[in-house]
Amino acid sequence: MNTNYPALLVIAPLLAALICSLFSWSAKKLCYPTALLGLSISFFSAYKVLIQVLSTGTIQYRMAGWAPPMGIEYRIDLLNSFVLLLITGIALINLVASYQSIQQETKEKANAFYSIYLLFVTGLIGVTATGDLFNLYVLLEITSLTSYAQIAMGDKDRSPLASLNYVFIGVIGASFYLLGVGYIYIMTGSLNMLDVATLLPALHGSSAVLIAFIFCFLGIWIKMALFPLHIWLPNAYTYAPTAVSRVIAPLMTKVMVYVMIRLMVTVFGFEYIFEKLHLAEAVVWIATIAILAGAIMAIAQKDLKKMLTYIIVCEIGYMVGGAWLGNELGMTGAILHIINDALMTFALFLAVGNMVYKLKNVQYSNLQGLFGKMPWTMAGFVLAAFSIIGIPPTCGFFSKWYLILGAFDAGAYHFAIALIISSLLCAVLFFKVFEISFFNSGHDKIEMSEAPVSMLIPLGLVSILLIITGIYSDKIVNTIILPFLQ
Amino acid sequence: MDQIISIKPLLAVLVSLLVIPMLISSSDKPNVREGWTFAAGIIKFLIICSMLPLVLQGKEIVLTLFKVAPGVSIAFKVDGLGMLFALVASSLWIITSMYSIGYMRTLKEHSQTRFVSFFALAISATIGAAFSANLLTLYLFYEILSLATYPLVTHHQDEKSKIAGRRYLTFILGTSVAFVLPAMLYCYHVTGTLDFSTAGIFLPGQMSKPALTVLLLMFVFGFAKAGIMPFHSWLPAAMVAPTPVSALLHAVAVVKVGVFSIIRVITGIFGVDLLAEFNLGIIVATIAAITILVSSCIALSQDELKRRLAFSTISQLSYIIFGVALLTPMGLMGGVIHIVMHAFGKITLFFCAGAIYVATGKKYISQMKGLGKKMPITFVAFFIGALGVIGLPPSGGFFSKWYLLIGTLQSEYKILMAVLLVSSFLNAFYFLPIIYQGFFSKPDEEQPYTKVQEAPMMCVVPLVITAIISVLLFFFPGIFVNLIKLSLGI
Repeated sequence: MNTNYPALLVIAPLLAALICSLFSWSAKKLCYPTALLGLSISFFSAYKVLIQVLSTGTIQYRMAGWAPPMGIEYRIDLLNSFVLLLITGIALINLVASYQSIQQETKEKANAFYSIYLLFVTGLIGVTATGDLFNLYVLLEITSLTSYAQIAMGDKDRSPLASLNYVFIGVIGASFYLLGVGYIYIMTGSLNMLDVATLLPALHGSSAVLIAFIFCFLGIWIKMALFPLHIWLPNAYTYAPTAVSRVIAPLMTKVMVYVMIRLMVTVFGFEYIFEKLHLAEAVVWIATIAILAGAIMAIAQKDLKKMLTYIIVCEIGYMVGGAWLGNELGMTGAILHIINDALMTFALFLAVGNMVYKLKNVQYSNLQGLFGKMPWTMAGFVLAAFSIIGIPPTCGFFSKWYLILGAFDAGAYHFAIALIISSLLCAVLFFKVFEISFFNSGHDKIEMSEAPVSMLIPLGLVSILLIITGIYSDKIVNTIILPFLQ
Repeated sequence: MDQIISIKPLLAVLVSLLVIPMLISSSDKPNVREGWTFAAGIIKFLIICSMLPLVLQGKEIVLTLFKVAPGVSIAFKVDGLGMLFALVASSLWIITSMYSIGYMRTLKEHSQTRFVSFFALAISATIGAAFSANLLTLYLFYEILSLATYPLVTHHQDEKSKIAGRRYLTFILGTSVAFVLPAMLYCYHVTGTLDFSTAGIFLPGQMSKPALTVLLLMFVFGFAKAGIMPFHSWLPAAMVAPTPVSALLHAVAVVKVGVFSIIRVITGIFGVDLLAEFNLGIIVATIAAITILVSSCIALSQDELKRRLAFSTISQLSYIIFGVALLTPMGLMGGVIHIVMHAFGKITLFFCAGAIYVATGKKYISQMKGLGKKMPITFVAFFIGALGVIGLPPSGGFFSKWYLLIGTLQSEYKILMAVLLVSSFLNAFYFLPIIYQGFFSKPDEEQPYTKVQEAPMMCVVPLVITAIISVLLFFFPGIFVNLIKLSLGI
C-alpha cells in the first residue's frame, strides 16, 4: 500500500468524481460527502508522499508498471511533493469553506459541480505529479476544460462570455504547448522528461529545439497569464462562482509556474536556457513590466474581486522574473513564492468569498463599514493583504526577500525596483479598501453580520498559515528548495 | 561582552500582546478592561526593570527566535541603548494608560476597546524595536508599529482623520518600503549579515564613499518616523488623533522608534568610525540642523497648540539625530540622552494640551489667555515641560543641551554650535508666551472662564507625575548616562 500513494493521490479524486456524477442522479445527498472523502484521501496521500520523498528521495511511479519512455511515469521529487500537498490541501479546505456558497450560487447544479470540481483537482494533481510531457498536456486539458465549465456556472450574464474568452485563449495556449512537445518528440523520440533531458544536450544547437522551447514556453505563459497574455484572466476569475475562483485563483496560475520551473530545471536545463539562449534578460524585463502593469491595472479597478485578479497578474511577474534571473536566490524566491502566493491568494479569495456570500456584490462602494460588521473576515483579509504588500513576518515578505536579493545578485536592479514599487502600489490598493470599510460606517442601512463559522474557520486557518510559513521559510528553503536545486 | 540567553526580552514584548484578547473580552466592562491594561503595563515594566541590573553590569541579554536566512534571524538583544528606550516607553505607557482613562471617558470617545487594544499592540512593537538584535528584526517591529498606530491616528473615523491617516501611512510606510527595505537588502547582499555591532558590518574597503552616502541617506530618510525634513509632514497631520496617542506615540514611542532606528544604523550598521573616516556624519548633521531650524520657525507660527507641539517635536527629534551624527562622544551622549529628557518633557506638554481640551474644549493658543489662573496645576506642569524641551535647569533637558554643546565643540565643525543656540532661543519663543499669556493676560471679553476648573483627576495626576520626573531627571540622570556609556563605549 505504501508504494501506491502516488497513484491514490490521483485516483481518489478521479473515482470520487465519477461516483459523484452517478450520485447526482440517484442519491443527491451523498455527493458532498463523497467529494470530501475523495479529497481527504488525496490530501492524506500527498502528505504520505511528502514524508516518503523527504526520507527516501524521489519517487518514480510507473502507471500500470510500464517502463518509460513507453509507459507513463509519475515522478515526485521535493518540489512537486510540496506543490501536491498545497494543491490537495487548498482544494480540500476550499470544499469545506465553500459548502454554503456552492449551495447559494449554483443551486440545483451543485451536485454536478462537485464532480467537475473533483476532475479539475485531479487534473491539477496529475499535471504536477507527471514526469511525461505529453501526459502533462492531457491533464492540463482536463484541468482547463473543467475550469471553463466551472467558470461558466457563475454570474448568469457575464460568466459564459468570460468563460468563452478563456476557452479561446486557453486552447491557443494548449496548442502552442502541444506543438512544442511535438517538436521535442520529433527531435528526441521521447516524451519522458528525464529521458528528454538526457537526449537534449546533444541537440542544443538545433533550431527545432529552439522552436520547441519557444512554443512550450509561449503556451505555458498564455496559460499562466503572463502580461501581456493575461487578458482572459480577470473576467474569468471575477465572474466565476466563489467556490471556483477560490480554488482557481491560487492554484491554476501557480501550477503553471510550477510547470515552467519544471521545464526549466528538469527538461531543458539551466545550461541551455541561460548560456545557449540569450532570452533571460528579455524575460526578466517582461516580468518587470508585468509586475508594474498588473499593479497599475489593479489600481484602476472598482470591484474588489477584479482588483485581486490583477494582483495575480502582478504576482505572476514576481515568479517568472525570479525564475529567469538565472541564479539560485532568484529561483529560490520564485519557488518559495509559489507556496506563499498560493496561500495568500487563497486567503484573500476566502475572505472575499465570505463578503460575496453576505453582500452578493463586492464593488468598493458596497464595502462601507465592513470592519464593524465582519470583523473576523476582515482580520483575515488584512493579514493576507499585509502578506501581499510584504510586511514581515507574513510569508510574502520572505519570498520578496529572496527575489530582491536574487535581483541584486544578477544585477537586475530594474526587477528589484519593480518589486519595491509593486509593494507600494499594493499598499495603496489595500489601504484604499481598508479606508472604505473602516470609515463611513454610519452611512449604509443594510443589516448584516459575520459569515458562517464554516467559512470563517478555514480563513482563520489559512491566515495563521501565512505567518507560520513566513516563520518557517528558512526551513522550507533549506529542506525543500535548495536540495531540489542542487 | 558577556551574553546571557534569557526569554525575558520576548516576554517583555509579548505581555502587552497577550493582554489584547483580555481587553476585547472585557469590552463591556470598562473598569475590568482598564485593570488588564494596568496589569500588563506594570508586569511589562517589572520585566524590563528586572533586566536592568545585568545590563548595568555590562552584560547583554540575547534571545534568537528563528532563523530567516543564512546570517539573519529574528532575534532580541538587550543592551544599554535598548534598555534606555524600553524603560522610557514602558514606564510612560502606564502613566498614559491612566491619562487615557481620564481623557477618553470625559470626552465619551467611541470604540475605546479598539483604542486600548491597538495601543497595547503599538507598545509591544515599540519594545520589540528597542530590543532588536539586528536590522531585520528592527524593520519588522517598525512596520508593525506603523500599521498598529493607523487605527489610533484615524480613531475619529471622520473625513479629517481619513486624510490624516492617508498621509501618515504614505510617509511612514511608503518611505520604509521604498528606502529602508532595499537599503537593508543591499547591506545584506554585500555583507551577509544585519547584526548590530559597534564596529559596523562593513569590512574596510568594501564600500565606496558614494555608495555609503546613498545607503546612509536611504536609511535616514527611510526611517521617516524620525521626522527628518522633507518627510516630516505626517506628524502634524497625526495630531488629529486623541491626545493620549499624540502624547505617548507621537512624542515618545513612534517618533523615537524612528530616531532609535537611525541611531542603530549609524552606530550598529555603519559604525561611528567608518562614518567618521568618510566624513559622512556632517551630511546627516546638516540635514538635521536644517530640520531643527526650519521646524522651530514653523512652530512659532502655529496657533493650534498640538500642532505647535508637533513641530517642536520634529525639531527636537532632529536634535537627537544631530547629536549622534556629530560622531563625537559627547554628541552621541547628548543625542541619546535627549531621547529620555525630551520624552518626559514633551509628554507633559501633550498631557497639558489634552487636559486643557478636556476642561475647556479649546485647541488654539490664542483662546487660552488667562487660563492659567483657572488651571494652575496644568500650566505649571506645562512650564516645567517647556523648560525640559528648551533645555533649562531645573529639568533633565538641561543635560542633553549641555552634552550636545560639548559635542559640537569636540567636532571639527564648531559652527554647528550656533544651530543649538539659535534653536534654543526659538524654543523659548514658541513656548514661553503660552505660559505668559496663560497667567498674565486678561481673557477675551466674550470668553469668560467662570465655569472652568482643572481637568479630571485622571488627567491631572499623570501630567504632574511626568513633570516631577522631568525635574528629578535633572538631579538623577545617572542610570541613563551609565546605560549610554555602556552601550556606546564612551
